[in-house]
Amino acid sequence: MIRFEGVTKRYADGVTAVDDLSLEVPQGGITVFVGPSGCGKTTSLRMINRMVEPTEGRILINDQDVAARKPAQLRRSIGYVIQHAGLFPHRTVLKNVMTVPRLIGWDQARARSAAMEAIEKVGLTADQAERYPAQLSGGQQQRVGVARALASDPEVVLMDEPFSAVDPLVRMDLQAEVRRLQRELGITVVLVTHDIDEAIGLGDHVAVLRQGGRLAQLATPGELLREPADDFVASFVGKDRGYRKLGFTGADLDPAPEQTVRLGEDVPTGRGWVLAVGEGGEPLGWVDRHTSGGPVGEDELHRMGSLAEVGDSARVFLDAALSAPSRRGVVVQDGRVIGTVSAQQVVDSLERT
Amino acid sequence: MIGGVAWSTVGELVLRHLYLAGLPLLLGLLISLPLGWLATRYRWLAPPMIAGTGLLYTIPSLALFILLPLLLGTRVLDDANVLVAMTLYTIALLTRTVADGLGSVPGATRQAATAMGYGELRRTLVVDLPLAVPVITAGLRVAAVSNVSIVSVAALIGVSQLGQLFTEGFNRNDMGPILVGIGACVALALVLDAGIAALSRVLTPWLRAGAAR
Repeated sequence: MIRFEGVTKRYADGVTAVDDLSLEVPQGGITVFVGPSGCGKTTSLRMINRMVEPTEGRILINDQDVAARKPAQLRRSIGYVIQHAGLFPHRTVLKNVMTVPRLIGWDQARARSAAMEAIEKVGLTADQAERYPAQLSGGQQQRVGVARALASDPEVVLMDEPFSAVDPLVRMDLQAEVRRLQRELGITVVLVTHDIDEAIGLGDHVAVLRQGGRLAQLATPGELLREPADDFVASFVGKDRGYRKLGFTGADLDPAPEQTVRLGEDVPTGRGWVLAVGEGGEPLGWVDRHTSGGPVGEDELHRMGSLAEVGDSARVFLDAALSAPSRRGVVVQDGRVIGTVSAQQVVDSLERT
Repeated sequence: MIGGVAWSTVGELVLRHLYLAGLPLLLGLLISLPLGWLATRYRWLAPPMIAGTGLLYTIPSLALFILLPLLLGTRVLDDANVLVAMTLYTIALLTRTVADGLGSVPGATRQAATAMGYGELRRTLVVDLPLAVPVITAGLRVAAVSNVSIVSVAALIGVSQLGQLFTEGFNRNDMGPILVGIGACVALALVLDAGIAALSRVLTPWLRAGAAR
């Protein structure tokens, strides 16, 4: 657990970057510091590993004051992922990831195997481990940055705008990856971003900071959307928070049974759309009975729209319903179709809660 | 014999020339590294340090060769005078280069190194310095060629090296030794330049790894 106690950072020119910040970052999970530029989020992050020294107050990790530890040693015990990855261009991916294990005194063989393990964890290959950073794409470089932060099994990993320099698709991949790794390893991640969507999508807890380095609200994403503490948080969270809140609302729904047809079988008579499934009951696409007759061929399938998995949020169910050509959202469990839901059903379930 | 000069004499003079121009190159580099580091580490120090060392280059070499024995208490014909003078010229060229090289390290890389837990000295040696190699060796090549050229002036104070062929040729009114001296100087400069370029390549394998993705 990381605790900020009355932490203030004032620079020599009189600018106050962080003002009397007190908060607790819970053990495990992802805590996101988010806010507009100049809110002191990065400064706050960097005070955790003493890249920046506070003017007042103290920061404790597991009840130990970080100021009592030597900066270099403290930093070796905390993973750090920087914007633009900040890889060492003159070292191969493997050597980059071996950096901290070597610094804390592990021998070559142990550091190497720990690094290879971390490289695999972030989805890179042994072949890529031998390359130089410049030979990788931006997204792959950032993966190396994450692997480098994880190689020595730190309990705490700090991430400073780790995904802001990659394109949106890659960013989504990386976010999912960080989420998965955090769950898998049980580490505590503190992540800084200016992007409220990233904060809400990724954080278990979100600390919203306002200009001048003051804490506006620390809450779970759901709470933040439901009950913003004040106007600043409400406006920062954005105007469509009612809709986005759906992402944190469970859907209490009974999917209706759906008539399905396997590829090659004759289309059942009737009207409207019918759902085609594969051998294992996995959904393949919708068939339009107006244009189809006889056995169902692959070229007759219409794109399916998104799928909802049992237990997903109301947002996922609603999106499944709205994106299907039949307006019936396909619900799957373990990859098999168990039924469909309509948008009306989702909305009705929201009315009930 | 070539141009009226014995081959053995040419060989001897080339070695002397290499010693008087090459050793100061190494010494100058060793001194410029900490000076350039200081200039990047303490911003306020950079302008006076770089201007100050740069000014050394404007001192005429002949004046320096004559003045140094007075300052160092050495004999006029002592090689040390030439070695010290050439070292000063090397420092004049390399301090800025080293500062530029260390300054060329990307901020994100430097910060990442600090955040990983590198101390400042260690980071400078294993991160900043390797990354500064291309810039530093570029400056070193200029300094090498410059040294080969300037050191020949030392013939005027009687320190033997290829420059001696110029004074001899002039005194005997004979173009032969002069042409041999010029040829040998150019060859020596080219060899040093190519040597440093090759060294730079060996030290920077990551620059040639190609951008294959």
